[in-house]
Amino acid sequence: MNTGNDNAKNVIELRGVRTQFGDVVIHDNLDLDVHKREILGVVGGSGAGKSVLMRAIIGLKRPSAGTINVFGHNFYEADDEERLSVERRWGVLFQGGALFSSLTVAQNIMAPVREHLDIEGALARDMAALKISMVGLPAEAGAKYPSELSGGMKKRAGLARALALDPELVFLDEPTAGLDPIGAAKFDDLIVNLKESLGLTVFMVTHDLDTLHAACDRVAVLAEHHVIACGPLDEVRGTDHPWIHEYFSGPRGRAALSAKTG
Amino acid sequence: MADSAAYFDIDIDQGVMKMVAAGDWRARFLKQVDPRLRDFADDTMGRELVIDMAGVDRLDTAGAMVLQRTLRACGDRTRISRVVGASPAHAALMDQVKDHLAPCHVTPYHPNAFGAMLDRLGQGVAETYVAATQLLSFIGEALAATWRVFTRPSHFRWTSTVHHMEEAGLNAIPIVGLMSFLIGAVVAFMGAKILRLFNADIFTVELVGISVLREFGVLLTAILIAGRSGSAFTAQIGSMKIREEIDAMRVLGLDPMEVLVLPRVFALVLMLPAIAFIAGILGLVGGALVAAFAMDISIALFLSRFGETISLDHFWAGLIKAPFFAFVIAIIGCFQGMEVEGSAESLGQRTTLSVVQALFLVIVIDAFFALFYLEIDF
Repeated sequence: MNTGNDNAKNVIELRGVRTQFGDVVIHDNLDLDVHKREILGVVGGSGAGKSVLMRAIIGLKRPSAGTINVFGHNFYEADDEERLSVERRWGVLFQGGALFSSLTVAQNIMAPVREHLDIEGALARDMAALKISMVGLPAEAGAKYPSELSGGMKKRAGLARALALDPELVFLDEPTAGLDPIGAAKFDDLIVNLKESLGLTVFMVTHDLDTLHAACDRVAVLAEHHVIACGPLDEVRGTDHPWIHEYFSGPRGRAALSAKTG
Repeated sequence: MADSAAYFDIDIDQGVMKMVAAGDWRARFLKQVDPRLRDFADDTMGRELVIDMAGVDRLDTAGAMVLQRTLRACGDRTRISRVVGASPAHAALMDQVKDHLAPCHVTPYHPNAFGAMLDRLGQGVAETYVAATQLLSFIGEALAATWRVFTRPSHFRWTSTVHHMEEAGLNAIPIVGLMSFLIGAVVAFMGAKILRLFNADIFTVELVGISVLREFGVLLTAILIAGRSGSAFTAQIGSMKIREEIDAMRVLGLDPMEVLVLPRVFALVLMLPAIAFIAGILGLVGGALVAAFAMDISIALFLSRFGETISLDHFWAGLIKAPFFAFVIAIIGCFQGMEVEGSAESLGQRTTLSVVQALFLVIVIDAFFALFYLEIDF
């Protein structure tokens, strides 16, 4: 049996992972490590399987081969109790926020608190208010329904819900997609701030070159069914691969770089 | 390190109140300690407080929040309360939550229940009025589009119309036919049981003939088509609306009325009388079979009696209603589809509304026809 080891350097370990839909292979023989307290950015072309990889790690898409260990537990072989203990330690921000539409923002944040910690009433309200304020939403947003929020506010509210249980590990699926550049930059700052102050490990799927520069400690590039390069941004940019070359040396890549250095 | 739940003790040290916090101050252990903390904060509001955190093993934002809240409540006036003995990580966490203690609303603010009720009632009335005028203007638009198509027949979408005739008409025949057959059989059974008491078995023929031809055949067909095709129209057009296909059509110079609404309305107006006709025949067959097997009315007797007593008027009285039902069902289905806004939730609401309104109007029209026939002795 797996025994969780809290002091391990890697929070997530993928070894030889293969995922497929029917005959279509998405990942094959994929290895990836996510270190403790880092922000890992996962990039790749459309259809390279970035989101599928995230879904495989959080237990929504069973890999057909290989092992996925999170906090030293293999989620797909764990019993219910072990799974629950892992689920409590991570938070997930889905692309559209995935807020429950019949609940207000504050109720959305209180839902996991009530479910997992059995906390209700004043303490749950205080915890929700704390998370709402920490992600930079105004206090009035707590009483609003998701349909009344803008795209950026939805993402912040989704992040607040992901942080409700003080997770050690946070998954973000394209956190800045659909935000204007100002909102996206603020969101990058927010993620870096929260990571610093709460000691989070962040697994982030992204398309956004600016986010890679501004937020990520390491970058993993997905192409040809596996991770073709993984490391600090400067190191990855130097890798000799046509896709990486095109990605970082295209006009957008150069602009993001000059914004960073200039 | 054994986990021990969060707890605290109070000391008075040289006139200064000291709270010694220890144990695991993570959210999962706060449930018991939080009410005590609140009581404590209420009792000592405004006094100087020192929180000693040296014994705190673990801390998360929720734990830091309740401690910070207590500190603030106590030291509110004096601002001399402080934390001592916290590890650097815990001190950083305490700092992090310091500026985020403002409470927030959980549910939208309602001034008072009675006012809210009046408000909703008024809104409901106003919305009904608006919806009625919108429906009328939609019907007007559809009629205008019909006129345009009549004057320029090349604009009529034949392919689409035939497609909907198959989808909403032909494909509905098995289910409508089966239902009508069963209804005819049931009516014959009910009638036979009562009429036998009066030795009037033979009147079963009139009962089945008149009820199926005048009412059941066409009404049940309309009800089934409203549930089957009216809702489908709303869902089809509504999902196109959500994906901005309707807007794209307008921008490309295509009239959604001509492209989407008219084919559906024409298809249903043509097909519903045909299905109602089939339904009527099958209803009679059902009644005749029950009469033959469960009573002593042979098929031949049924037919000759039917020929003698049921005039063609009954058949027409039923069938004339079919195009009106079809028009209402198709128009409501398309109208509600066009009214869908943005979300999938709205699509669901509109689909339900489409069926409910179509059924309501079908019954209203049916009642109107019944009164009308009564007046003109038809």
